[in-house]
This record gives sequence, structure tokens and C-alpha cells, in this order.
Amino acid sequence: METVHLKINNIPVEVPKGYTILQAAKQANIEIPTLCYLKDINCIGACRVCMVEAKMNGRPMRGLLAACVYPAEEGLEVFTNTPAVIKSRKTTIELLLSTHRKKCLSCVRNNNCELQKLALEYGVDEDHFESEDAGYELDEQSPYIVRDNNKCVQCMRCVSMCKNVQTVSVIGSIKRGYQVHIGSAFDKSLGESPCVGCGQCIVSCPVGALMEKPQEDKVWDAIQDPEKEVIFFTAPSIKATLGESFGMPIGTNVEGKMAAAVRRLGDGVKIYNMDFTADLTILEEAHELIERIQNGGTLPMFTSCCPGWVKFVEHYYPDFIPNLSTCKSPQAMFGAVLKGYYAQKTGMDPNKMFVVSVIPCTAKKFECTREQLRSGDGDYDDVDVALTTRELARMIRRAGLTFADLPEEDYDTPFNKATGGGVIFGATGGVLEAALRNAARTLDGDFKMIDFEEVRGPEAIREVTYNVAGMDIKVAVTSGLGNARKILEKIKSGEADYHMVEIMACPGGCINGGGQPYQPDSVRNYVDYKALRSKALYDQDKNSEMRSSEESPVCKMVYDEFFEAPGKEKAHKYLHTSYVARGNKMS
Amino acid sequence: MAENSLTFQGTKAQEEQLMSVIEQNKNVPGALLPVLHEAQEIYGYLPIEVQQMVADGLGVSLSEVFGVATFYSRFSLTPKGKHKISVCLGTACYVKGSDKILAEIENQLGIKSGECTPDGLFSIDSCRCVGACGLAPVMMIDEDVYGKLTPKEVGKILKKYMDEEGGAK
Repeated sequence: METVHLKINNIPVEVPKGYTILQAAKQANIEIPTLCYLKDINCIGACRVCMVEAKMNGRPMRGLLAACVYPAEEGLEVFTNTPAVIKSRKTTIELLLSTHRKKCLSCVRNNNCELQKLALEYGVDEDHFESEDAGYELDEQSPYIVRDNNKCVQCMRCVSMCKNVQTVSVIGSIKRGYQVHIGSAFDKSLGESPCVGCGQCIVSCPVGALMEKPQEDKVWDAIQDPEKEVIFFTAPSIKATLGESFGMPIGTNVEGKMAAAVRRLGDGVKIYNMDFTADLTILEEAHELIERIQNGGTLPMFTSCCPGWVKFVEHYYPDFIPNLSTCKSPQAMFGAVLKGYYAQKTGMDPNKMFVVSVIPCTAKKFECTREQLRSGDGDYDDVDVALTTRELARMIRRAGLTFADLPEEDYDTPFNKATGGGVIFGATGGVLEAALRNAARTLDGDFKMIDFEEVRGPEAIREVTYNVAGMDIKVAVTSGLGNARKILEKIKSGEADYHMVEIMACPGGCINGGGQPYQPDSVRNYVDYKALRSKALYDQDKNSEMRSSEESPVCKMVYDEFFEAPGKEKAHKYLHTSYVARGNKMS
Repeated sequence: MAENSLTFQGTKAQEEQLMSVIEQNKNVPGALLPVLHEAQEIYGYLPIEVQQMVADGLGVSLSEVFGVATFYSRFSLTPKGKHKISVCLGTACYVKGSDKILAEIENQLGIKSGECTPDGLFSIDSCRCVGACGLAPVMMIDEDVYGKLTPKEVGKILKKYMDEEGGAK
């Protein structure tokens, strides 16, 4: 490997050719501040926060260099904190703040904002430059994402994420100069665009310009309402990320404290385990796969538990709708189990049940509103509110609970137990692996293999063939919609013929969902946080007594008492759904 | 009003012309800007329908097309009127009060600079120096130059064009 030698703050460094000054500095354990830079997503040298001074061959270079884009060169001497550099950064931040609506106290990103952090570090005067408030209207028309352009710093991270990573490109930079703002074509609302709602723009945003559509107040109201029976369930990945909101190391599994915390949000609040309906999804989906293979159904079958991915197919690849598994997502299945089966079993009125899912995801907020998912005849959605991990953390904080000190408790019965197959749903490859565990055991009672490690990563697209009961089963897994597009094009052109494909809209799967806790740039740019979060789930799976979904005693109970068996009529009525072509244009 | 001129009224011939431009520029890196130029030549402006055709034709997103169309001031998102009013805001005209001329026209027609009247008769734009500084303040309507203007005269001049249409208002 070709390398270059340079000095950073007089420390000699040798780095691979092609490294930027920013990367080289990190190797010398020097962090240069950034704002618009986001590893693998946005590298455009726009914000001018990462400026450094440099000398070449002993002679000072003209002007300052943007460290995030300037290549490390042989003989370069870089200085990252000279008075000129500090002054430049300070002025830049003050200019950014001049047009920023500084309502920091009530901002969702208060204490969690990259701009606020820089302002503090550089001792800026936020009112140094006076400017008029641009007065942008809030875009809160979509059921999942709210945009406040008054706080936008035009770093382009959300645009780059949407266009380059997700290849959906429903937002862009509009106009120029002072009028520049981010939005959808013709300044329409995101809700009118073919946005899939993945929320990756939110977790890319360094400030409070983007947030999930907040719904905590609805839940607080329901908790106070004596008529309502408030029932929570938490998605598989939440236990692996919620702790981050309370300062715990990334990858801490907080399942027990999470159950304790939710239970303490209000009197009578129930907390169930959504890993159970992940298992239930697997039993239905693996059954559907086998049926499609044996009866000449549409192949490959695509997983359908990710609502961002489902909406992507509906908007951009409607021809592939028959390939989507008809299984509802675990969130929707849980809603149907509660307001269908459980209401009947216990005599509860489904109108009085207030079902709250906690999910890593903004697209699930949209999913709740899909009328195809209503299993009952009444005027109610099966899931009333979907809260992101961040929203749950805010509720726990407002309830005054010291999360770290809570005891470890269990989920409420009867929906408490799940298998390792349900747990790994939260990581890319997990759904497919759980489906393979179950399908292989259904086809071959003596099948022993439990770990299908090839589908776990880290490659962006994993294609594997497994021999099960004398049959070659070809599978593919990916996450991120840009990668999904590649797989779809391959299938379209006939280059690939899989039996089953797992796709998650967010890169890395639910553990990196658009509703997960914010991680600061210092983590996003330098730590493999996705791997750490996934590990928490795979570790739990490894230590589970039950690892394949058919072992789930809760699934057995609901089939015995209500749904009969996977694929049976009642199971179909409650646990399966349909999709609609939505068109890829602005509405 | 029978038909609002602000609704898109593209013809088949215009569409064919645009399609052939797109075809020639397909797979050319950086084709978006020249194609938008041609599109504006063909249609006179860039409404959503035209931008959508460009987006679909070149395989780029509508938000990207819109971003480029709103970045450059030479692109117009609104149609131009039958009579194009252009008020000079260059230095000489400006110090002679052309901003008041523009304000008066906007006031009389009930539209802003850059817009078109709903009946499609007038559109207003501002320009920078038409080379007739001796006549400041100056405006042009189509190819005719009107100099040494006062706000009072504006109404009379506009009326002339309205009367030509036979529908004095």
C-alpha cells in the first residue's frame, strides 16, 4: 500500500495515500471538528468548520484548508489549532448561528446538538451577527417526519443520505444565497412526496431541523384516561439501543430495565415483548415461503416487516408487489393479536385498548395508519401510536425515572417469551436467518444448524445458497435502499434467481433505524456503532434457551387458542395483509 | 376567466421537441442544465409538468431538477405574458426612481415581479440596464422602450396594451 508522510501539529504521521487531512489527524489522535462531514455519507467541504492551517515544503500555504476534503500529501505540515484557525471556526459558527432560530431550550436536540456543542467549544457569541429570522413554516404534514428549516444549517447531510444512500431523493436544496433551504420539489410537503419515511435524514441531521412526528403527548393522555387500557410492546432492537439515551455504552442490552421503566410510566401500563410477534412473523413467513416454493408461487419472496422497504416497493417498484410476503410486520401482527385474539379472549373492548408500539423507526408511524392493517370492523387502528426509541427515552425522563438504577424486570405475561430468532430481527440478516432456522426444521426434522452466519454481514449484499432437505435454497440479504435497488435490478434483468430476499430500508437494519438514539458525529465518524448494537442482539440470541421460532410457547398458545396453524384461514385474516401501488410522483 | 393561463398548456409538438432534446443528452454527464435551458426555450418557462418530463427523461429526481431550476435566476417557474414588461433596475434608472415604477406596475396589475397575470396578458420582470441610461428611468414592454417615466404615466401605457386586446378594463 502506498503511503504518504506528513506532520500534524508537529507529530509525524504515515497514512495510506488517499486519506484526507481529517483521517490523518484522527490517526494522530487529533480530532478536527466537523459539521457537514458524515462518514460514508457526506463529504463536501461546505461548512468550513474543519479548516486547518498548513505548510508545504516549509512555506505557509495560502488560506486555510478544509480538512475533510483536502488529501494528506507527502511533506505537508498541518496545524489544527492555531489562532487563525480558531478565529476562522469561531466566525463560521457565529455566521451559522446568525440565521439559526436559537430556541435551544425547547429543541429536541438540546444537549445533543452538534452546533450547540461547537458553539460552546469555541466560546462564540450567538448574537454577534444580526440577521432576520427567515420564518419558514414547519412541515409537519407527513405522519412521520417534521422539518423545521429555521434550524437548518444546510450541511446537506439529509439530502445526501436521501439521494446517495437511499436513492429516494425526495429532498434537495432549493434556491440560492440567503433563500437556500431544504425541501421537496416545488416546496411541497414531504407528505406529498414519494418519501418512504425511513427517517435516516433525522439521524443524519446535526441539529434540530428534523425530528420524528412527536406523539408522546397522545400516550400521556391515554395513560391519564381511566377508560383506556394502555398496552406497550417494544421492538427487538430497542433493548440494544435505549440505554444510549441514558449514557450507557453502545451495545448495552437493557431489556430488564426497559420493562421496568415502561411499567412505571403509569398505573396499569402493560409491557409486552414484540420479539414474540417477530417469532409469529417467522412462522407465517417461513410457511409462506415453503408454500410458494412447493406450489409454484411468485419467487423470490421478499420480507415485508420493514415498512420503509414496503413503501419503497409500492412507490418505485410496484411490479414487485406480488413478491412481497403477505405477512404483516411484527408491529402490525401484535396489534391484530391484541385487538383481535386477546380482546376476544379477555372480553376487553378493542376500542378501549390503547396500543403503543416502541419501534426504532419513523416509517412505522406511517404503517400504523395503513387501512389494510385494520383487522377489526370498528373505527380504530390496530396500533394506536408508534413511538421511536427517542420518544420512549423522553417519556422515561419526564416520568422522573433514573433509568440506570431501575431493577431488571420481565415483560408482562402472556406475551413475554420469545426465541433468539425473534431477537435477531433487529439486525440486518436476522429475519432471513430466523426464517431459515424455522423453514429448515419444518422441511427436515433432523436439521441441526442454527447459526447462518453468512447472512449476517458485513458485506453490503450477501448472497448465499443453503442445502436444506436435499434442496438448494438461494437467499440474499441487504439493507439500505440503494443496495435494495441493486438487488431488484439484478432480479429484473434475470441475473439473479433467489428464493427469498431480506431487505431493511435502513443501513444495518433496525438497530440503525431512523428512530434510534442520536449518536454524536464523534461516534458516527469513528466508531462502528452498528456492529456494537447488533452484537447485543446476537449475544442474546446465542444465550437463549430457545433459538428457532417454532419453539416459542407464546406462539404455540395463540395458534392453539385462536389462529389454528400458520397459513390457516384465521391466521390469514388477522396476520396477513395487502399492498397498493402508490406511484413515484409528487401528489 | 375562461382558462387560467397559469395552468399548463403544453402542446404535443413541444413535448416531441423536448423529448428529442432529452434523447440527445441522455447519458451525458451534467446534461441537466443544458436540457433545462432548451426546455425553457421550448415552453418559455419551467412548470412542474416540464420539470417532471426532464426528471423522468434523464433519470434524475424531481427534487434535483427543481433545485437547479430555482438556483439560476435565468430559469422561470412562471409563464411569461403575451406582453413582457421589463423594468430596468440598473444604477442610473434606480437612482432616478425605477423602483417606484416597478412598484406601481405591480400595484396596478396585482402581481409581483417574476409573475404573470391570470389572463396571461402581462408578465413583469426586472432587468439590469438596457443601455438607455440617458432616458432613465426606463422600462421595456416587448420591444418598445419607454423612457423618462413617472409612476403616473404607467397606467396610461398599460391601458394601451389592454385596449389593443379589445377588452379595456
